[in-house]
Formats: sequence, C-alpha cells, structure tokens
Amino acid sequence: MKFQVIIIGGGLAGLTAGLSLQKKGVSCAIISSGENALHFSSGSFSGECPEEVVPLFAEAGVVLNGDPSKDSWRLTPSGSMQKVRLAFEDVTLYPSEKVKASKVLIANPEGFIDFPTAFIADGLSQQGIPCKVKSFSLPCLKTLRESPSEMRSVGIAKKLDCRINEVAGAIHKLLDGEDLVILPQVFGLTSPEPVRALRDAVPAEISFIGNMPPSVPGIRVQMQLKKAFERAGGTFLMGDTALSTEISEGTVRFIRTKNLDSHILTADNYLLASGSFFSKGLSSTMEKIYEPLFGLDVDYPAERTQWYSENVFAPQPYMAAGVVTDADLHPMKDGKPVTNLFAAGSILAGEKNAGMALTSTFKVVKKIAL
Amino acid sequence: MTLQEMTGSAHNFEECMKCTVCTAYCPVVPVNPRYPGPKQAGPDGERLRLKDPEFFDEALKYCLNCKRCEVVCPSGVNVADIIQEARIRYSKSKPKLRDRILASTDFMGTMVRPFAPVVNGVLSLGITKSVMDGVLAVDKHRTFPKYSFEGFESWFKHNAEASQKQYKEKVAYFHGCYVNYNFPQLGKDFVKVMNAMGIGVELLDKEKCCGVAMISNGMSEAARKNALSNSASISKVAASGMRILATSSTCTFTMRDEYPELLKVDNSAWRNSLLLATRFIYEAVSSGRKKLVFRDSYKARIAYHTPCHLEKLGWGIFSTGLIKMIPGVELIPLDSNCCGIAGTYGFKKENYEASQAIGKALFDDIASAGADFVACDCETCKWQIEMSTGNKVLHPITVLAEALDLDLTAEANK
Ligand SMILES: Cc1cc2nc3c(=O)[nH]c(=O)nc-3n(C[C@H](O)[C@H](O)[C@H](O)COP(=O)(O)OP(=O)(O)OC[C@H]3O[C@@H](n4cnc5c(N)ncnc54)[C@H](O)[C@@H]3O)c2cc1C
Ligand code: SF4
Ligand code: SF4
Repeated sequence: MKFQVIIIGGGLAGLTAGLSLQKKGVSCAIISSGENALHFSSGSFSGECPEEVVPLFAEAGVVLNGDPSKDSWRLTPSGSMQKVRLAFEDVTLYPSEKVKASKVLIANPEGFIDFPTAFIADGLSQQGIPCKVKSFSLPCLKTLRESPSEMRSVGIAKKLDCRINEVAGAIHKLLDGEDLVILPQVFGLTSPEPVRALRDAVPAEISFIGNMPPSVPGIRVQMQLKKAFERAGGTFLMGDTALSTEISEGTVRFIRTKNLDSHILTADNYLLASGSFFSKGLSSTMEKIYEPLFGLDVDYPAERTQWYSENVFAPQPYMAAGVVTDADLHPMKDGKPVTNLFAAGSILAGEKNAGMALTSTFKVVKKIAL
Repeated sequence: MTLQEMTGSAHNFEECMKCTVCTAYCPVVPVNPRYPGPKQAGPDGERLRLKDPEFFDEALKYCLNCKRCEVVCPSGVNVADIIQEARIRYSKSKPKLRDRILASTDFMGTMVRPFAPVVNGVLSLGITKSVMDGVLAVDKHRTFPKYSFEGFESWFKHNAEASQKQYKEKVAYFHGCYVNYNFPQLGKDFVKVMNAMGIGVELLDKEKCCGVAMISNGMSEAARKNALSNSASISKVAASGMRILATSSTCTFTMRDEYPELLKVDNSAWRNSLLLATRFIYEAVSSGRKKLVFRDSYKARIAYHTPCHLEKLGWGIFSTGLIKMIPGVELIPLDSNCCGIAGTYGFKKENYEASQAIGKALFDDIASAGADFVACDCETCKWQIEMSTGNKVLHPITVLAEALDLDLTAEANK
C-alpha cells in the first residue's frame, strides 16, 4: 500500500504530525504498536511549545490551557510547583509559582490509593494555604472496590462520568468556604464534558491533578486526536509494529509490519516517531544503545559507567540518548543523512518532554508539506 | 542466546509492567464487576497459577477473547492468549448443553437446515423463545440467525461448480458455517466477484467449522479436532500454490493465529496462503494485476465497523481500501469499539445485558454517522448491529458485488 507519508509511532509526535499533514491534504499512515506515553501523561506539556499546536488540537476538540510562548506553573501530585507551557483543560495553570486560593479542599474518592493527598496537602501548607483532605463515596464506587484492578483512575472515570450530578452533590456537602477544590484526574475519559459539567456545578474553582497511571485525560486526548486523524482520511494501523525496512542509496525503500507480513508499505517520506526506551523506539544491550528499526546512529555516552548517575534523583545520562540528525531532522545512518526519513519526538537525542516532541514535529511537518 | 531471549516467557507475560492500560480498554470490565479484568486475569494471575493451579478463577470465562487488551498493551503482552490458555489448561467446569449447542455451529446447521422454514418459524415464535430462555438460557431478546433452506455448498455444487472450470486462475474458498447455513448469498456474491475478476472458485475437500465458538465455550478438544481436519484440507490446496480465501474475519483470524497459539496446531505450511478475501482483491487490484469497473450509478454513504478480530489481525485497511475504490462512496470509519456479541457470548441469557451495554458506544456512533448502511467483515457483528440499531449491515464483498459492473469487469480482466 502506498502513502505520501508513513509515520512510525502513534504517540504525541506521530499523531500530531499525522493530523497536521492529513489536514494539509497529505495522505498518511500511522503504524502504532500499543499505546504510548500520553497514557501516562501528567496532563501538562513541559518545554517550549510551538504555537500551531493550539488551533490544531482545538479543531480536534482538545482545549489546551496556557500560553505556548510563556511559562506557567501547575501544582504536581508531589505537592511541588512545576514550570509548564500548556496543559489539558483539566489542569489549572498559575502565572507564578504560587497556587491562587485562600482555602483548599482536597477531595478523593474513597478507597482510591493512587492519589497522594498527603503530599499535596503538605505542599499547600508550605505555601501557607490552609487545606483539608476529605474522601467522598458514592454507591457506584462500592461495587468497583470489589475488584482490586478496578479501583484505578480509568475504572473510576467510567463510573463517575455519567454521575457528575451525584459527584457535585457529594463535593458540595464537603465544602466549607473553600475557593479551590483539588480532585484526581478521574473524570472525562471519552469526552471533556464531565470535566466542564463538574466545574459548572461546583461553586469553587476545580483543579484536576495527576495521579498514578493510566492518565484519564491522556487517554481521552489520544482518542480525540486519533479520531480526528481518521476522520480526515488518515490510516491508523493500531497494534501493528514496523518490523523491518530497507535503506539503499540513503533512502528508505519500504516498511514491513508484523500484521501485514508480505504486504509492504511504501511512501515518499517516512517519519520515525517511535519514542524513547519506554516505547521501544530505543533499545539497549549490555554494550550499546541502539535504534532497532533502521539501525540509525545513536548519541549516548561511550562508557557504560557514564550511562547512569549514582544519585537516583539526578537526571540519568542514558535518558538523553537518541538518534542523531542533521539540521533538517533527517536521521544519520553510518554518518550520512537518510534523505526521505525524518525523526521527531522523544526518539531524538536530548531532553525529552512534550514541548520538544511538538516543536520537532512541526518542524518536520513544514519540511514535508512545503 | 541474549539475555532478553533467555528471559522470554509464554505469551510474553514477563514483559508486563503493570500499567493497567489493558484493563482500561477491556470492554467487559465496566459492565461485569465479577470479571477481574485482563491484567489480573492475565499476567498477574498467571504468576499465581504457575505456583498453584488452584488459583485459577472460573470468572475468566467472562473474557470475550476480543483481543483488545493485546492491541493496546505497550509491552506486547499477549494478554488474551494467557487468559484463554489458562481456561483450557485449568478450568474444571464442563460446558453446559446450551453452550455445546451454541458452539456446534456446523452440527446444528446440518441437523436443522432441511427443516429451515419450520425451524426459522419455530425459532422466531415468542413461545419458543420463552422456552429457550427458560430451559436453555438463550436470551429471549435474541433474534436467531435464520437457517437457509439450501446451504451454500449444495448451491455451489448444483449451480456454480461446473462453470468454474473455464478459469485458469483459481482460489479455494473457506466459506465458514455462517455462509453455508445462514447466509449463502454472501458466498454467491463472492463467487460472482471472483468470476468477474477472471478467477475460478473451488471448495476445500472437507471444510469444518473453524472452531472459534468451541474455544470460547470451553470445548478446546473438539476445536482441536476441527483444526487438524481443516489444516489437512488447507495444506493440500496450499501445497499446489493456490490461495485459500475466507470472507469471515473471525474464521481467518482463528485459523491463522489461534490454531498455533491456543490449539497448538502447526499451520506454518499454509498460514500465509490463507487470506481474507478483501486483502486478496485489494492486492490484486492495487498491483494492477486485476481490474474493477464500477457502475456510475452506485452511490452510498457507508459507515465501516472494524470487528475486534480484524482489528487484531490488522487487515481492516484492505476492506476500507476496497470500499474507498468505489467512486460513488463516502466512507465513514466508526470508532474502534466492540459490538458486544463476541460470537456466542451475547446469545447467553446471563450475558445479554452486558453484551448490549458493551455495544452501546458503537450503536451511538452508528446512529450519529447517518450512513445508508454499515459495512463489516464479521457475521456475528452483523446480527448484533442489525438487531440493536435497525441499520442494515453488508459485507464488503456484497458491497462490491452491488457496486461493480460485472460484465465490464469481466471484460477488463479477459
Ligand atoms: C511514562 C512517561 C510519562 C511522560 N509524561 C510527560 C508529561 O506529563 N509531560 C511532558 O511534557 N512529557 C512527558 N513525557 C515525555 C514524553 O516523552 C513526551 O511528552 C511525548 O509524549 C513523547 O511523545 P512521542 O510521540 O515522541 O513518543 P511516545 O509517546 O513514546 O510514542 C511512541 C510510539 O511509537 C510506537 N512504536 C515504537 N516502535 C514502533 C515500531 N517499531 N512500530 C510501530 N510503532 C512503534 C510506540 O508503541 C508508541 O506508541 C513522559 C514520558 C514517559 C515515558
Ligand atoms: S497493558 Fe500490558 S503491560 Fe500494561 S498491565 Fe496490561 S499486560 Fe501489563
Ligand atoms: S480479550 Fe477482550 S474481553 Fe478478554 S480480557 Fe482482553 S479485552 Fe477483555
């Protein structure tokens, strides 16, 4: 099958590239083996973000808070403040390193252990903001607790999304003059409506703070972007893996996938957006770090002892490993650029965050859709 | 051997990083609190079962074997295979009479078809439905697929077989129980389209039910017998270089992937010769080897539903690719959702409500698509969607048969 562009990886970078290109009339296929880092997202984007992302996502129904060219701060589940650029609408952003509230209610569904309420309360009291932690229960959550694997963010969202009035009622009862309510991200799995409805129904600001994965807003955004891509005519090969390829005379000739076996896929241009170690875009042995699909040149510290820092809280050097590219984001193989291949997202060497993933993605989109 | 190879495990279960993404996408979890979900039933439970089979939980029977957990798992764990294999290995419960009846699609078909008009009448009577509901626990809301008076095999022998000799190029057709007993028209459409492309159709010497319903009803021994028999018939044809085509995505998936993974029947000699008909046609046309000529007057707005097993197979693009070739068609891809029937699952009284609740997202999506009809490669999805939404469901091959100018296509492929 032939496309104008084949994208390997259906995470933030791959989906954004696909959606943007497809809307410009460039036919794309995205090959995506399993779900991606969005499913573990905090709901906010760190790092410098390109402006184009805001209107593109808005067309797909994804509202982003914040200003792509200016820093904002969000309250993290560990109670600290983090500098970010953009966030899903669930997350409240502040113009400075301080939460805007005079009194806070932290409300957690009873029995939900993936939300570190004590850390958040601690962080707020360090900012001098009084707060109380309360749990609320609804009859529907009782049945959920019978199954241990269900008292997780997504299981709760599936129950609460259709009972926003009941949730609002329960929170109302706990309110005692607080002007900010902090809740875990367990609302709005298939649409942002429940998040909006809850904000409308409660007479205080609500901020939804990240909890242990999976990320409910991350899954929602992934589904919204995928849907918009497919409705724009894009082809999404869900659960398939690019297995092998051929590069000759500095160009990629085709891609072979696990599911399509002998049926090869060809394109004018290819985009590698296969993520970092977590998504298997990069792999390692005891001796080396490598890019498994194309065998591209990878940048990482030569000595294995330099891969790690002994301080577990310090940035780990191996995390910055990634493919080497030229200025146009063509990856290098054996020191020479592959001319019809681009790389974007956290497969690239350097710092990994959503801002960097999006910036590199839009750079590639502009090159391809000249 | 590398370190990674040495630490490999059956169905990759050691790769699980406990992220619960599989549980987030499992269609059964939100509707059935008794089902522990794929993470718990699969890799987590496997660890315990390896210690002591007593840890096997009969609630694993609620798994639809839809494979959605595998499609989304970021670590490549074959979650559903772990669950199904555990059922085969450890389950002590014997299938009920009702389950055996529902699973024995070809036995049932052979028995009742000669009395088709009577049986259809009886099956659709309120009183029969109530009795089935009470005695057999087959839900009374279900409309049984109609049995057809003349089966496809018999129609083929009397009306088509002789004329197939004129074609040099040939394919073998695995029609499946549904085409044979319930809906021969799809088989007839297939023969029509193939012949127009200048290709003759043969049947296998002996075709048995692929066994999918037996696997899900705890009858793996019987399923394995069928698998061995089909494997022998298919090997023979494949050895002669011929392709074997099927119109059912579930039969195709079962024979390609469940035979080796679950039933331990080696199909390496013919696995790549067995294709879904839409893939075969798409490849023949896109390579320029064959031509399709469509009628100018054909116009339709079609919503396409990818069945779970086709999603897992990853071949939905061939069906949508073919439909997109028709000039007068507007194609709306429906979101990836399970319809809830999962073969015989939804027919069981205890599953009826869960089945409809699972399908709701798909039904809503269909309602908002505003299409003339739904296209889909799976027969059981067809029953479920037609019963639950009132929308007509056509197989992509039937869509082709209706959209093609058969004479001009035959001319172009001379
Ligand atoms: C757990 C986690 C949480 C994070 N949270 C945040 C956050 O909250 N905020 C932030 O700014 N940044 C976060 N990051 C950083 C993250 O890297 C970027 O934000 C961004 O999401 C990366 O997107 P990507 O598309 O480059 O890669 P990914 O999202 O990793 O996607 C790569 C995709 O490629 C697929 N793939 C890989 N190989 C193949 C192949 N051969 N064939 C087919 N498909 C393949 C994978 O299955 C995956 O779907 C997080 C990273 C991780 C790992
Ligand atoms: S999705 Fe895969 S890795 Fe995650 S819990 Fe399920 S089986 Fe384990
Ligand atoms: S196969 Fe389907 S029903 Fe079974 S555990 Fe996986 S997702 Fe759930």
